[in-house]
Amino acid sequence: MAKKELLKVEGLKQYFPIKGGFLGRTVNHVKALDGVSFTIYEGETVSIVGESGCGKSTTGRAILRLEEPTEGTVEFQGTDLTKISKKEMRKFRKDLQIIFQDPYASINPRQTVASVLNEAMHIQNVLPPNQRRARIEELLETVGLRPYQADRYPHEFSGGQRQRIGIARALSVDPKLIICDEAVSALDVSIQAQVLNLLEELQEEYGLTYLFISHDLGVVRHISDRIIVMYLGKIVEIADKTSLFENPQHPYTKALLSAIPVPDPDAKKERIILKGDVPSPIDPPNGCRFHTRCPFATDKCRTEEPQLRTSDLMKEGHQAACHYMEDITNGKMQPNY
Amino acid sequence: MSVQTEKVTNATRSNPRVEAFKTFSKRLLKNKAAVVGGLVILFIIIVGLVGPFILKTDPNAQNLVNKLQPPSKEHWFGTDNFGRDIFTRIIFGTQLTLKVGFLSVFIGGIIGVVVGIVAGYYGGMIDTITMRIMDILLAFPGILLALAIVSVLGGSLINVIIAVGIFSVPAFARIVRGSTLQVRKLEYIDAVKALGASDGRIIFLHILPNIMSPIIVQATMRIATAILTASGLAFLGLGAQPPAPEWGAMLNEGRTYMHNASHMVMFPGMMIIIVVLAFNIFGDGLRDALDPKMKQ
Repeated sequence: MAKKELLKVEGLKQYFPIKGGFLGRTVNHVKALDGVSFTIYEGETVSIVGESGCGKSTTGRAILRLEEPTEGTVEFQGTDLTKISKKEMRKFRKDLQIIFQDPYASINPRQTVASVLNEAMHIQNVLPPNQRRARIEELLETVGLRPYQADRYPHEFSGGQRQRIGIARALSVDPKLIICDEAVSALDVSIQAQVLNLLEELQEEYGLTYLFISHDLGVVRHISDRIIVMYLGKIVEIADKTSLFENPQHPYTKALLSAIPVPDPDAKKERIILKGDVPSPIDPPNGCRFHTRCPFATDKCRTEEPQLRTSDLMKEGHQAACHYMEDITNGKMQPNY
Repeated sequence: MSVQTEKVTNATRSNPRVEAFKTFSKRLLKNKAAVVGGLVILFIIIVGLVGPFILKTDPNAQNLVNKLQPPSKEHWFGTDNFGRDIFTRIIFGTQLTLKVGFLSVFIGGIIGVVVGIVAGYYGGMIDTITMRIMDILLAFPGILLALAIVSVLGGSLINVIIAVGIFSVPAFARIVRGSTLQVRKLEYIDAVKALGASDGRIIFLHILPNIMSPIIVQATMRIATAILTASGLAFLGLGAQPPAPEWGAMLNEGRTYMHNASHMVMFPGMMIIIVVLAFNIFGDGLRDALDPKMKQ
């Protein structure tokens, strides 16, 4: 299958200023994203995983320019979204949609479902007004709701149903890419499965591309084609799903994967427990950002920043940012707890 | 069977606005003080609107023979130093008082809401600059600021309304900015932003309807302050000019005769107290009923 680039993110940085002092001067920055680059191909599902505060959601928001990125480019089908005006960006918003985490906060409590969807179509001028009602009912059926529920208000729906309304809203403008920002994290496990299945069905039906942001590795394993692991505003490893779960290279990825519970009480499993907390993104460590918690860290890690690269032990397209990933895999280096 | 239950829920389900209004009115009616305040306000408004048409007497008709009469059957509230009937003047003054109260809050409210919403929504430099200006306005004692504005514009009822309106702006701006900051962060605002909605659409259709309660409460309380300030200005001779039957101005006129004709100051003073108290109590009740969380 010839892969067509849909979204290409290059050197994306998002620094949030910290205001202080008498006149509200900028005293420092929270470096939420510090040079992130990746590509998403048409029709695939790419996931971003990482701890809280590693910049997963910031990436999604920066791509949509919900927060203007500080630096870097976001190319969508060849157009750099960071360079165009706000007005031009509005047209592109039709192609890029987002589903939010909190189904209770993501719908205006004063709007009926029909008016939420109608507004979306009105803003993007998707259909002539007289055809919208039929489309709204069709959309509701697509996401597993009933057409007669169109005139209800959000408080009359459960969390899972509201998330479906959020999905319908995103779908109403016929997008190409949907960013799912922790889209199932707030739901019950059984509802999570239903919504994930719905997302997969929709992907097949409409040829959608997903950027799936999550901290839940189980969910990510279920839905992704490729996975990006982030740590403190940087990508530490990118790989297709199988490679990442079976042949993780970066010590952080290994630690992360070792945290997945195995449903077998007899299974012996090496649990890698990281010491300490994630350092502050205001003043991230020099060199490799993970060195403060990495059991393999050396002086080189403390000074020199590793770049994403592919070693001989990895499949094509699998990249990790660690100076010593070969030695660690070969057993030449032992962890130093 | 399921079809039937669905039909039932369909029939009984309702608009959240209607629901919210039901719980709001239930809570408000439980608050006796607020009900009394509301009834007093209603009564005053009716008096202000209808009174002048029923009385048909001229509030400025002088009768120097009958000056400084204490309350009697013909003159319920007595007469003043020109022999004018104080009761008639109070009734006619009600209209002036309410006009000042409502119009100035309306002006101040509109400007304040726009300033607050823009500051809260856009943030950054706009926010810093506008809010510093509001802080400067707030640094003046209210009456002093109104006094300064009136002395620049000149003393008339319209100018008092403008002055009191301007001095109401910061209070609205602050409250609206705070509420906007809260609502702006909600995900549904991001959702419509991601759909490409314009700032105007987001502000007027999504933020404003969700911050109405604090605005309504603030407006009610502000009417009391506005009435008090306008009366204060009139008392100082800067508001409505004689012979307008403004309560504050009447208080000022009666000041000279306080010792031998106390009814001249008593009745206008009492009216000011009653109206201000009514608006304050009603405002408190509204706040508790609209948003129980706002109660400190």
